[in-house]
Amino acid sequence: MKALGQILRSLLFLAVAKPFVALVLGVDLRGRERLPKKGPALLVANHNSHLDTLVLMTLFSVRQLPGLRPVAAGDYFLRNRLLRWFSLRLVGVIPITRNHAVSGGHPLTPCLEALDRGEMLILFPEGSRGEPEARAPFKRGVAHLAKSRQEVRVVPVCLGGTGLALPRGEALFVPRVCRLVIGEAFTWTGDTTGFMSELEDRFAALEAEIAPPPFPSHPNMT
Amino acid sequence: MSPLFTSAHEGTLAVSAGIGLLLLAASGWVSVLHRRKPGPGTRELVLRLRAWWVICALFLGAVLAGGRVGVLLFAFISYLAFKEYVSLIPFRRVDRRALFWAYLAIPVQYAFIWTGWYGMFTIFIPVYMFLIVPMRMVSLQETKGFLATVGMIHWGLMITVFCLGHAAWLFVQPLSGFPVAGAGGVVLFLVGLTEANDIAQFLWGKSLGRRKLLPGVSPGKTWAGLCGGVLTTAVLAGLLAPLLTPLPVRVAVPIGAGIGLFGFMGDVTLSALKRDLGVKDCGGILPGHGGILDRIDSLMFTAPLFLHFLRFYYA
Repeated sequence: MKALGQILRSLLFLAVAKPFVALVLGVDLRGRERLPKKGPALLVANHNSHLDTLVLMTLFSVRQLPGLRPVAAGDYFLRNRLLRWFSLRLVGVIPITRNHAVSGGHPLTPCLEALDRGEMLILFPEGSRGEPEARAPFKRGVAHLAKSRQEVRVVPVCLGGTGLALPRGEALFVPRVCRLVIGEAFTWTGDTTGFMSELEDRFAALEAEIAPPPFPSHPNMT
Repeated sequence: MSPLFTSAHEGTLAVSAGIGLLLLAASGWVSVLHRRKPGPGTRELVLRLRAWWVICALFLGAVLAGGRVGVLLFAFISYLAFKEYVSLIPFRRVDRRALFWAYLAIPVQYAFIWTGWYGMFTIFIPVYMFLIVPMRMVSLQETKGFLATVGMIHWGLMITVFCLGHAAWLFVQPLSGFPVAGAGGVVLFLVGLTEANDIAQFLWGKSLGRRKLLPGVSPGKTWAGLCGGVLTTAVLAGLLAPLLTPLPVRVAVPIGAGIGLFGFMGDVTLSALKRDLGVKDCGGILPGHGGILDRIDSLMFTAPLFLHFLRFYYA
């Protein structure tokens, strides 16, 4: 049963996910050479749309698919049986709980275990998709992971445009080319505050790199 | 109604084979160049040529298959081009609903082409989409930026779907006294001349160009480039017409000159658009070329002109 799921996952990845992202959506990608070849690694991205996970996963080859684990909120993605099967079996998410009071141990323990297995995590430290095309402050869980596994590379990845193609709260998908830039990898910096401000700084630089050019002659630009 | 596949005309086969040989020769030359003096310049050439292989394989495949396969290919190119256009412009979240309706116009317009319904093909986008998209904006009750949004959406549909669709129409256009299998040849004639014109204008401009033509829009364009390009394309049209089309040389030569002039206009019009938007290329889908729009800019202008010429003489 498990092997069958894995085959189905690979098939959907090659026949649906990859062509969809490349042709129906379209990605303007910069810095592909900075993408980690193998785990353990932490891919840290901003979050505007459900498309984000799909776009990030299709950056990799089907051979890397088994070791690719998006980290997602359990309360949202496991809320019914169908979604649970889809999230766990097809997407391969690591569910975590956003509500600390409910859980027993540290909510990020499953992530550490995955890193120890040499897997690559996709992490959205904003914690939610939020307002489209606006970045919320990062939560500190990513610092906890980097501190607990100090040899693991942290790779910042900045996405733009997915929040306009499929924003939160809307079911209507309107195609548009998305912009994506992969930054230089770094590791634990020594203290949590320093690590978080380093991460925010790197994101600000990447955001500037993919920002659409200003269009002053245009009244929609407000 | 023409069939999905038609066997290709002899002239079309010969010209396609010629293009294949040209590409092979160019690939050999570039790989020697890249091995001798590897650098970012030759790397760019390698990428550019690789993209040409993909373009030619898809396009010549559709031309040789003939019939409806070409309509499908152009529908897909229109989709990619319109998507690229939409992504360059800072549309707002509220504009998404109107944009969605604009996307729906692509399959509808190509269905009119597929069924050979010329009347609807010529009025659907210029009249009905022109009225429907503003209606959708009105129903969203967003009056701020209303004119800008409906204007930009309609311009994009006109250029990427309506104008480009004229090239697709050639696949279903019956021409009196010309075999159905010839449709692919006519498309090959238009697209081949349009691309050859781009290259000829570039080469004439590089070698002889002095007096700038439109320095405020595209600093590379010169009078020598334009005139040399138009002349070269007119001569090439006279040479290729007997192989690919029912056109006699005395008609083909002025058509070639028209393609040269309109191709130039498409090129500089897209340059003006890119300047306004503050971008260098329209996208990155074709490594070494830029976006789809950068590649088809001239074709969107030459296709309507060529189709109307052809219908005037042969429909």
